[in-house]
Parts: sequence; structure tokens; C-alpha cells
Amino acid sequence: MNDYLLEMRDLRIETIVDSRKKRAKPTEILKGIDLTLRRGEVVGLIGESGAGKSTIGLAAMGYARRGLRLSSGEIWLDGQQILGGSVAQLAQLRGQKVAYVAQSAAASFNPAHRLLAQVLEVTKIHKHMNTAKAEKRAVELFARMGLPHPEAFGMRYPHEVSGGQLQRAMTAMALAGEPDLIVFDEPTTALDVTTQIDVLAIIKEVIQEYKTAALYITHDLGVVAQISDRIKVLKNGAEVEEQATESLLNAPQNAYTKELLNVRSTVIETELSDDEPVALGAEGIDASYGTVQVLNDVSVALKRGSNLAIVGESGSGKSTLARVIMGLLPPSKGTLSYNDQPLSSGLSDRTASQRKSIQMIYQLPDVAMNPRQTIAEIIGRPAQVFVGMSKQNTLNRVHELLHLVDLPVEMAQAYPNQLSGGQKQRVCIARALAAEPDVIICDEVTSALDPLVADGIIELLLKLQRKFGISYIFITHDMAMVRAIANDVVVMKAGTVVEQGAKARVFAPPFNDYTHLLMSSTPEMRVGWLENVLTERRMEAGGQ
Amino acid sequence: MESAGLSGLILKRLASGLVTLFIVSLMVFAGTEILPGDVAHAILGQQATPDSVQAIRDELGLDRPAILRYLEWLYNFVQGDLGVSLISGREITDLIDTRLRNSFFLASVAAVIAIPFAVGLGLVAALYEDRLADKSITIMTLVFVSLPDFLLGYLLLLVGAVTLGWFPALSRISSSMSFIEQLQAVALPCLTLVLVVSAHTMRLTRAAVLSVMNQAYIEMAELKGAGRRRIILRHALPNALSPVLNIVMLTLAYLIVGVVVVEAVFNYSGMGQLMIDAVSKRDMPLVQACGLIFASVYVLLNLSADILSILTNPRRRRPK
Amino acid sequence: MINLLRDLNLSARIGVVIVVVFLLAVTFGPMLLPYSAVEISGSVWEPPSATHWLGTDNVGRDLLARILTGGRMTVLVSFFATCGAFAIGCPLGIAAAITGGWFDLIVTRSVDALMAFPGLILALIVLSAIGTSIPSLLMMMAVLSSTIVFRLTRAVASDVAAMEYIEVARLRGETMRWFLFKEVLPNVAPTLFTEFGLRFVFAAILISSLSFLGLGIQPPYPDLGGMVKENALAITFGRSAPILPALALALLAIGVNLIVDGLLKRNANLDLHK
Repeated sequence: MNDYLLEMRDLRIETIVDSRKKRAKPTEILKGIDLTLRRGEVVGLIGESGAGKSTIGLAAMGYARRGLRLSSGEIWLDGQQILGGSVAQLAQLRGQKVAYVAQSAAASFNPAHRLLAQVLEVTKIHKHMNTAKAEKRAVELFARMGLPHPEAFGMRYPHEVSGGQLQRAMTAMALAGEPDLIVFDEPTTALDVTTQIDVLAIIKEVIQEYKTAALYITHDLGVVAQISDRIKVLKNGAEVEEQATESLLNAPQNAYTKELLNVRSTVIETELSDDEPVALGAEGIDASYGTVQVLNDVSVALKRGSNLAIVGESGSGKSTLARVIMGLLPPSKGTLSYNDQPLSSGLSDRTASQRKSIQMIYQLPDVAMNPRQTIAEIIGRPAQVFVGMSKQNTLNRVHELLHLVDLPVEMAQAYPNQLSGGQKQRVCIARALAAEPDVIICDEVTSALDPLVADGIIELLLKLQRKFGISYIFITHDMAMVRAIANDVVVMKAGTVVEQGAKARVFAPPFNDYTHLLMSSTPEMRVGWLENVLTERRMEAGGQ
Repeated sequence: MESAGLSGLILKRLASGLVTLFIVSLMVFAGTEILPGDVAHAILGQQATPDSVQAIRDELGLDRPAILRYLEWLYNFVQGDLGVSLISGREITDLIDTRLRNSFFLASVAAVIAIPFAVGLGLVAALYEDRLADKSITIMTLVFVSLPDFLLGYLLLLVGAVTLGWFPALSRISSSMSFIEQLQAVALPCLTLVLVVSAHTMRLTRAAVLSVMNQAYIEMAELKGAGRRRIILRHALPNALSPVLNIVMLTLAYLIVGVVVVEAVFNYSGMGQLMIDAVSKRDMPLVQACGLIFASVYVLLNLSADILSILTNPRRRRPK
Repeated sequence: MINLLRDLNLSARIGVVIVVVFLLAVTFGPMLLPYSAVEISGSVWEPPSATHWLGTDNVGRDLLARILTGGRMTVLVSFFATCGAFAIGCPLGIAAAITGGWFDLIVTRSVDALMAFPGLILALIVLSAIGTSIPSLLMMMAVLSSTIVFRLTRAVASDVAAMEYIEVARLRGETMRWFLFKEVLPNVAPTLFTEFGLRFVFAAILISSLSFLGLGIQPPYPDLGGMVKENALAITFGRSAPILPALALALLAIGVNLIVDGLLKRNANLDLHK
């Protein structure tokens, strides 16, 4: 017996295979994980998708998702072996010894019940508090989590409150059972940065206050660095390395960890003068979906051969602006220009050469490629339509393009679902290149990808820029990316441009308030960043 | 505030139900009028003489514009005057009276048995997904949805009435019979309906419950330490209620169609038989009356399903 | 095709065997039998024997020969009615999904109105007016079934139309023809194919029910539902004559449903692996 709250020894989890299929072999999802956690300690689990982070988190509760089984090893929770525990034993532990906070709060709250009932459910199940006392505690927790009108908040249904509030309510729900351990599974990933920092701060405060131990799962090193005492790096179901947070960030031992830490180290410093020729311009754009106005007097200019980053949170109208530029959503006011020539607002009025010259790459390559077409068809079609390539030459051109985006030519005959996420996005880049464009609009092209894969995509785009002189508009919410690759920056909020100009100017004092808020909310990979930011903010608020 | 919004929603749904009923009545009327040529000729066939054709035209008022005839028909219908049968010359209200009650009796007995039976089986199949119980229930229902109503009817007739002699082969009920005797008389047609309808209901229930059980909030409940009972009763059921209610209403609606065929198999004197008779004899006023009654019941069932769904679903009850 | 067969589960393979045997039997069977479907070759309601494998019908015709010929009629009528339903429902559904606007509104509302009725009741009302000739039956069944095909096609096609690859094709300025045949149809085809099976079964049971009620295919043409009606009285003598044609229909329906079920499971699995 030792003093660990949670102890995993050589934990293995594998897929369940249909016993009737003789040849099918189970795939190992976790390949022998050791993990220990003391009371009040926070351990961060970090890794890319498929690393097995969530699987470990759920295993700490004795739970395996459908199709998986805990195949061997030991899991001790507060001195009890829970691997192979009975249903009743596990139910006894869940909620009061160990609680779970999921990534999607919207899906994890039951739409049929009021929030209060769901937060209190744990105390009902485990009967360790009378209702009046439990309700009082729930209101306290709501207040502690910074939720508006804590007394009335619980009377609402999940669909009636915002995503950030739901995420806090879920943390309150986890705390309601006074557990020794909380498993946080990417609790802030779905939130905007300015919301994320608040939720993150409050999670950190409450786990310190209630002396709860935590397993914090995320793919974002910047986030995990703020909250954990130790960090375990995972890859493909196995441990890469584990160290105290400080030393992992400063002295990573493993090459993979180093790569993770070096993400977005390329920085473009070139400053462009204001009289550089403009490739693509928008002047005074107003646009609306139905009666809702989404863009209000927006003007932007992309200089030839440069990178323009349009940055903003969800609802800022940045993707709508991309649709306006592409001619998919005619604006109600304002003009567009391409190479100093007017560019008509409707797609059908544009010339073939204008359509060819401006291409777009999307956030989700899965839905941007027809699943029933081969890669050769997907890449070849724009070569035929825009460049007038003959059928015979198309395949050669497809091979050339695949080579350009660093994919094997054999991939031409594959279908999209046979490719990984990064490969799919490369195919989408090849498709855009096939038109031989001058301008490519990249709409959140890396936000669905793991950091290392995303880095590869950015490197590729920059390589192509050097080779063909393409100008890019990057639509993004990722300040780190903006800082790395933009020449010019446009900051948008609620359909208007808050600030714009050369990167060096936008990212240097004097700051615009909102730009500063965005910048300072972006997690940095160093210990103490969160406290620094919060202290600064408090001082500024006090100073005013 | 909340209740005002709620009653507003329901009033809106009721109004749209009324509009649907109106459109349905228009279609019933138009459906019997789309004949190329003349109803009178069609009714008389080869025995048509100019005089007899004119007699029918007068009787149906065919010389007046269709829209006038429609409005008059609808007005009378709402007043409870369904008109006069062309063939027998009797008041349609009298013809329908006992038959409507007979059909209603048959359908309600079938519904009372079929709904708990089928919904229960569907639940069992969903909760034991991919186990033996689920697999056998699923394959049974696949066979039963494939069986035409009349095959089930005759099989039951052969076994239950002819071979075993437990039930009468002709299902006649009259007001002089006791309730138990009436039940025994409709046992076979009722059983047929139950089997036909249950298969559909069970498949739909299984699918609806499964889709709820795969939601993230079910996993969350399990991770809060909720037991199986609590997960099913408190977390799955309230969310499955609205789709299952819809399925129950579909089942009832399906019974309406089932009744027509099953009544023919068992020579049961109900609305179905009456309508078949009217159609084969081209007794237009009677076809219209029967059609409108069947259709109205169907529309009302759909309407109540929708209102129940509004009442049971907070997202519909309290839209943002 | 062979690959597809390999992907299917056991019950779907059984379905394929049932359907293939059924189709072969109704196509070639009548030619191989010693009796035709119309000749009187025995006495009334003979039990099964070496000469009449399934016995004879209400006027002494060979039941097997009649079931095969009647089965062919049922298959043909249901098949053409279903083709008609798809010919109406599919283009309308895809057009409504892609064009949207008032066209979508009008078609959707009309279909809603048609679906406010139970199918059989609407069929009866229409048949009372237009009569029960085979062309009017085909037309009525096609229109009735097309409402469901329309709804499904519109739903699936709307899902596809919301995908960004459609937007990409729009940005390329592709023709309507390209959209239909290269972008939309390949993605909706698997769903439509399984729906064809379901609609076919629906049509076969509807036409048989109508014939059974005396309002479908009229004598002298034999069809399965009509044969049940002709032989209905035999049941009181404990003879199976009306049950056999109904069983033949059920067998066909079970076969098709097994295949459809297998295909649906397979498609669901494919989606899961994505």
C-alpha cells in the first residue's frame, strides 16, 4: 500500500473483435501505461488524436467506450482495484470518488432536465446530502464558477445557456459530489480563446481551493502548462516521456516532445510598404444572411505575394468575408477589386480567368472532397476546367501536383476516406494549385489538424508561395499562427474591423484593447503565464 | 410567460391542423372528380341511356360548378349531414353508424394490446442490443413486416377457427352480445392487426431508443455513477418519449389501413368493408364520406402526436 | 457485384438466394410446367398431389402454374410502379434540394398534402374515380409511392448539397449535368438503391391488397392477391389454397427485406469506418 490516489500499472486496452471472425485481431489502443497521481496533484495528459488520452481518462473511472475493453494491467483508485470491478462497485466510485468533465458540454447535458437537477444528481445517486443542503451547495458552486444569477441559473435548460457557461456548469456538476479526482477531457477546446482563459482560470482556482486531484487531458501544451504539476506525453497509445511541467518545457528529453514544443517556430518578419501593389481588395463591404447583418463596412487589402491574416473569434464574420470575396455571398454594399480591376460581386458575373485566379481551401477537408471521387478526379477536374488540360495530360499533371504537395503519386487512385487528415488537406491544396491561382483563401485550414500536422501544412503553403508567388489570405482564430506567418493583420469582431495594418505595428504597443485581449488570452507554453495575465488584467482594471 | 408561449405554440399547431383538414377535404372531393369524362357515365357503364345519365347528373347536381358543390358538401358534412347513398338510397349517416362503432371497437382492442406489446419488445431489443433477445426479435419482426395482412389473417383463420375451432370464422358482433362475447368474436381479426402493426412499431421503437442510448449524456450519467435503472428511466426515457409517442401515433394510423384489409378477410362489418363496397359500386357520396372520415382520423392522430411532442420536449416547449 | 455479395451478412445472402430463385421461377417456370395458368386440369380444390404439386384452385386450375404466372404479374406491376415512383420522386427531390426557394416550397407542400392521407385510403378514393385498369393502377401506385421517394431523395440530397465539395464545384462553374451525375447522384445512390427495395415490397403488397379487395388487377389476369380472393372460401374447408399465393408474396417480400437490411447495415458500417 502506498499513498497514491490513482495508480495505473501496465494498463492495456484493446478493441473488442467479433469472435466469429477468425482472422480479426484486436488492435491495442493503450500499450502498457503506468500512471500515478497523489491527492491534490494535477497531471496533464498530452498528445495528438489517437494518442489514447481520453481512453486513459475514462479508464481512471473504470470505464471503456463501446468496442473497447480493459484487457490487462492494474488500476488502483484510493486503494481499491477497479479493473474488473463489479458494476455496483464502479457505480459507487463514479461521481463521488472520481468525476468527469467532457469536451462537449452541449452533448453531455441531458436536454430533458433543468441544469440544477443534473448538477444535483450525483448527491441524489449517492445520497450523501439532503436536498436543501445540496441545492445550497449547487448555488454556491454556480456562484463560485462565475455563472450569472446563481440562484436562478439552475432553473434553466441546457439549450438556454451559452457554451462557456455550460462548460462551467459541468465543472460545477463534477464538484458537486466532492470527488477526490476529476478527469478533465479537453474542457476548453471547443471555446473561443477569450472564453477559454476565463474557464481555465476558474478550473485552476477551484481545484486548488477544493484540493481535488485532476487528470487534465488536452492537445494544447500551452493550456496544460498552466494547470498541471506534471505532464505525460503520449503517442499512439504509449508513453513518450513524463516530467514535472517546468522541466518538460525547458528540457524535453524526447525528440517528439521537442517537436511539439517547437511548433510554429518559423516566423516571417518581412514588412511590406504601404504602396506595394494590391492583389485583392474589398472596400466598405456590408453583408447579411437574411435579415441578420454579419459584415459592417469591412475593408481589407491583400498585397501581392504576401500573407494577410484575418483573425477573430466565432461570430466575428471572418468566414463570411471569405464567402463574399469568393462571390458566394453577394454583399449588400461595397466593392471588390482584383489586380486593380473591379471584381463583380456575383460568381456568375466573373470572368473565367478571375474565377481561376482566386481559389479557396476549407477547414474540413472531409466535407470539401466528394467521397465518391478518386484523388485523381478531385485534383484533375480543376486542371481541365480552369486550365483547359486535355484528358491525356491530366493524369501527368495530377502526379506533378501530388509531388508538389509531398504526397506519393500512387495516391492518385485512392479515395478520400483512405487518407489521413493531413493528407486530405494536402490534396485540397493540390486541388487549389491545379487552377494555377494567384490568390488562395485559406479558411481555418489547420484548425481541425493536430499541431505537428498543421505545422507541416503551413510549411507547405509557404514553400509554394516562394515557388509560385501566390498571395494568401489566412482566415483564422489562432493568434500563434498569425504571429508566425502574417505580413499584414486584420482583427475582426462582431462583423467589423477592429484594427488592421502591418503585423509589427498591430502587435506592438500602443495596443488596441480587443487585439490585446485576443493576444493576451492565447496560452503560451510557459509556467505562470496564466497568473501573469490575470494579475496584469486585475491591475489594469484597478488602474482605470 | 412560459405558459403563454406554450399555449401559443399549441394554438398554432391546432390552426395548422385545421388547414390540413381543409386541404384533405378538398382532396377527397377532387379525388373523386378527376375522372376524365363524366361520373354519371362511369357509374352506369354500359347501361347508360341519356335519360338515366341525366337522372344521375340531377341527383348529384353535376350541372352546377364543382366549387359550389364542394362548399355545399363540406358545409353539410360539418353539420353532420353526409348525404344519401347512390346505390341503396339510404342516409349515409345511418349506414355508417354501427359500422364506425364496429371498426372503432376492433381498432381500439388491437391498439390496447399492440402498443404496450410492441413498445415493450422494442425497448427490450434496444436495451439488449446485439444479444440473442435483440437478434431474435429483430429477425421475427423483419419476417412479420414482410407478411401481407391477408396472409396473417388467413393463417390465423385456418389455425384458430378451422383446425382448433377456438374462435368463430365469421367475426360478427352485435349489441346483444356481452363484452366478453364481443371480444371473443373479434379475437382473430384483432390478433391479425396486432401482429401486423407490432412489427413496424417495434422496429421504430428500437431505433429511437438506440439513438438516444448512444448520446453523450447517457455516458455522462453512467460516469456520475447512475445505475442502469436510473439511466433508462431518468435519462433515456424522457428523451425517447417524444419519438416513441410519434411512433405510437403512426401505429394507430397504420391500424386505419390495416382495418380495411382485415375486415375483408373476416367479413367483419365495419368502415373498411363499407368503403370497399362503395368503391367497387362507385357510390361516390359514400366514397367521399368514408374517405373523409378515415382521413380526418389520420390527421387528428398526427396532430395529437405533434402536440404531445411539444409538451414532452423542453427544446420545443421553450424555444430560445 | 461479387464484392458486394461478399460484404453482405448471412441473412442478406439468404435474401439474395430467395429473390433470385423467385425471379427465375416466375420467368421460366410457367414454360416448364405441363399446365397453363388458365386451363382447367382437375376438379375444384384438389389437395397437393404428384400431378398438381400444390393442388388446384376454385375452378380446377393448377395452383402452381397460377402462382408462377400470377407472381410474374405482381412482380412486373410492382417493378414498373416503383420505377415510375423513382422517375417522378428522384428528379423532383434532387431539384428541390439544390434549387430551394419557391420551387422547393411548392413541391414539398404538395407532397405533404398527399401524405396527409393513409396510402390505401387515397388509393381507394382515386380508384373509385379512375377505375381499375392496369395503366391507372400503375399510375396511381407510382404517384403514391413517389411522395416517399421525393421526401427521402430531398433529405439525402440536401445533406449532400450542404457539403463544401458542392460549393467547390459551384466555384468551378460546373454544369447542372455535372452536379447531378458526378457530385450528387453517386452520393445518394446507395440510399436510393435500398429504398427501391423497400418501395418495391410496398408496391407488391399494395397491389396484392387491392386485388384481394377486388379493386386491383382484374380477372382474367392472374395475380397473387386476386388468387387469394378467388380461393378465400377454401379456408372454411381447411384447404390451404388461399394461403399459398399469399405465402409466395411473403417469400418475395422477406427476400427483398433481408437484402435491404443487409445493405443498410453495410452502409452504416462504411460510414462508421470513415
